[in-house]
Amino acid sequence: MSFWSRHQIFEKNSIILIAGILVVIAIGGLVEITPLFYLKSTIEVVDGVRPYTPLELAGRNVYVREGCYLCHSQMVRPLRDEVERYGHFSLAAESMYDHPFQWGSKRTGPDLARVGAKYSDEWHVTHLNNPRAIVPQSVMPGYPFLAKTEVDSEAIADHLKTNRAVGVPYTNEQIANAEADLKAQADPDNVGTDAFAKRYPKAVVRNFDGKGGAPTEMDALIAYLQMLGTLVDFKLYNEKANLR
Amino acid sequence: MQRESHMQQTQSTKWMTHGEAGLMLFFSMAAYVCAFAAPMALDAPFAFHASLAAVASGAAAFAIVNRYFDRQAALPPQEINGKPNYNLGPIKFASFMAMFWGIAGFAVGLMIACELAWPALNLDLPWTSFGRLRPLHTSAVIFAFGGNVLIATSFYVVQRTCRTRLAGDLAPWFVVLGYNFFIVIAGTGYLLGVTQSKEYAEPEWYADLWLTIVWVVYLLVFVMTLVKRKEPHIFVANWFYLAFIVTIAVLHLGNNPALPVSVFGSKSYIAWGGVQDAMFQWWYGHNAVGFFLTAGFLAIMYYFIPKRAERPIYSYRLSIIHFWALIFLYIWAGPHHLHYTALPDWAQTLGMTFSVMLWMPSWGGMINGLMTLSGAWDKLRTDPVLRMLVVSVAFYGMSTFEGPMMAIKVVNSLSHYTDWTIGHVHSGALGWVGFVSFGALYCLVPWLWGRKELYSLKLVNWHFWISTIGIVLYISAMWVSGILQGLMWRAYTSLGFLEYSFIETVEAMHPFYIIRAAGGALFLIGALIMAYNLWMTVRAGEADVATELALQPAE
Repeated sequence: MSFWSRHQIFEKNSIILIAGILVVIAIGGLVEITPLFYLKSTIEVVDGVRPYTPLELAGRNVYVREGCYLCHSQMVRPLRDEVERYGHFSLAAESMYDHPFQWGSKRTGPDLARVGAKYSDEWHVTHLNNPRAIVPQSVMPGYPFLAKTEVDSEAIADHLKTNRAVGVPYTNEQIANAEADLKAQADPDNVGTDAFAKRYPKAVVRNFDGKGGAPTEMDALIAYLQMLGTLVDFKLYNEKANLR
Repeated sequence: MQRESHMQQTQSTKWMTHGEAGLMLFFSMAAYVCAFAAPMALDAPFAFHASLAAVASGAAAFAIVNRYFDRQAALPPQEINGKPNYNLGPIKFASFMAMFWGIAGFAVGLMIACELAWPALNLDLPWTSFGRLRPLHTSAVIFAFGGNVLIATSFYVVQRTCRTRLAGDLAPWFVVLGYNFFIVIAGTGYLLGVTQSKEYAEPEWYADLWLTIVWVVYLLVFVMTLVKRKEPHIFVANWFYLAFIVTIAVLHLGNNPALPVSVFGSKSYIAWGGVQDAMFQWWYGHNAVGFFLTAGFLAIMYYFIPKRAERPIYSYRLSIIHFWALIFLYIWAGPHHLHYTALPDWAQTLGMTFSVMLWMPSWGGMINGLMTLSGAWDKLRTDPVLRMLVVSVAFYGMSTFEGPMMAIKVVNSLSHYTDWTIGHVHSGALGWVGFVSFGALYCLVPWLWGRKELYSLKLVNWHFWISTIGIVLYISAMWVSGILQGLMWRAYTSLGFLEYSFIETVEAMHPFYIIRAAGGALFLIGALIMAYNLWMTVRAGEADVATELALQPAE
């Protein structure tokens, strides 16, 4: 029986053919994906990375909803020009609480992994409302509707809960106070800002959209953009410590 | 109705089949559940989708009852006069939808190409901005156009090569209608901002669940047809269809496990996070290319090119080797989308290595397709449909050389994040997937509607040339803009400073974005010509009473 006629077993049995296909396609995925869940070197141990505040999470959801990742990456590669243009290359730890990840695949606009604290809130408000008011050559769409839409703050606790269920370490206290925290972060005069700062150390409290009233999607998106890449202090980061 | 049933009583007693009764019950309950969920919805898009699902389920239940009263007591026979009684209805529907979604998808693509050239076209509205239309474009062309072509051709090919009627009575209709309903839910969702942001897997949890049901039925219909085949061998095209259906199911389940915030809301959070999510996504994303856009369309190549050229497949052994090698190697290639990212180096290196190896089985397929023309090359002069099919294989060969090259890390450090990737994708999508689909539809429509030939071969010729010029404009514009932008990003002055600000590199793209839009417009015009041609073929074509040609198995 020649080698080629042995192949007939697949050609004459649809179930064996399916089994053969399943075995062959399973190998690559298993080898490449499963170790990522147990190899310690996959995600660095770093100080500073924390779950998103409720307002930042709401902003991130706007970022996802509007498809920002289609033109903006959030992944600085360890290449000379990128490190000079954007800052320290991205660590896996910096996106460990990201469900889903937002690394992106295209830079029609610049990388945003370290855009936080680079521009003022006012810059972002103007730019999001009309990008060409600040950057005449920009091809980015305008998002004037964000400033007119309030964030759904009532539902945010459920969002934190769902994140916890998929592995983000939100505490009971953070979930219980999610709605209050969302409002507090966008309003420096809010009575809850101290309690918020305790729950999310180093998170910034500002009136991001510069307007009074309930937090808008503009507040939320800018709060998210302003924290991107700011959690890890790279002056203190020890690369060697993560060679495990 | 009474008179009808009275007439049928004279033949034999009519009963609802288990399938009819079960499916009617299922849809009635689905309609009830969705109608209940709509007013409970937490967000407007979910309410809209629940209402849509309620209406569609109600219509489906009604259609099943209606068909029952209209049909004869006996179901359609498996054979008529010793010849298989092929089930062509669902195939006709899927072919029509393929053409419809194709034009819609190309038009949206043209729209977003223009938005990049002239950003004012975003109109500052949520529903028309690039970020929402881009997934609509990719899903419309890949899953709506490509998916309907794959379902239509797979249902046709599996029947013909197994010489048996498609398995299932309502199941094939369930597949084609259910799949297109999924497309409607996914597409309207994108416009309303419902997305989980995983590229080419954007639909939210409820659309994913529905697709899972549809896909399982699709697999069952396909496999049960194989099981009852009258031919000893499973024809080579069916191996590829089967690999496509099975693997897409695995990928879909692996990439999409998500936890909804509420069962009455559209938003969910994906189970995977960060680097693992990235790996799952591109394991899925690259194999959506490998199995949806490659294996499935190779199946089309393996049936339609030999059929149209009236030549046997060049090499049976080559098809065996390249089939197993292709599906084994493809799965590993995902990490090349994540070169130099925070994905561990070992995974990147594996991805690169296997991507380079993938070149070989890809060209095995190309050689098998092209060499099938041996002794029939002269037909390229006279048959524009065959020319389209052959040129598609040439584009396949080109993009499967370019792909492994771009997967090499140093090349990727330049090409990644630029328009070069977009150009590469479109040489595969427009040249390979587009043209092989057009060729298959040009063959299929006359066969399905029993027409002697196409309405006009001259129009096919026009379609071919207009689209080819469009593709060339598109991909060369993207090559130039991609490489230009990649080089500008890393350019240094003699003093060691970065030479260009980011926005200067955006500005430099403008002329190429206009050329790209022009190329896309030509491709769309070609498709409109095709739609007219097919429409006229169905409406005014000469009826065919030709003999049935049975295709030999692969051996």
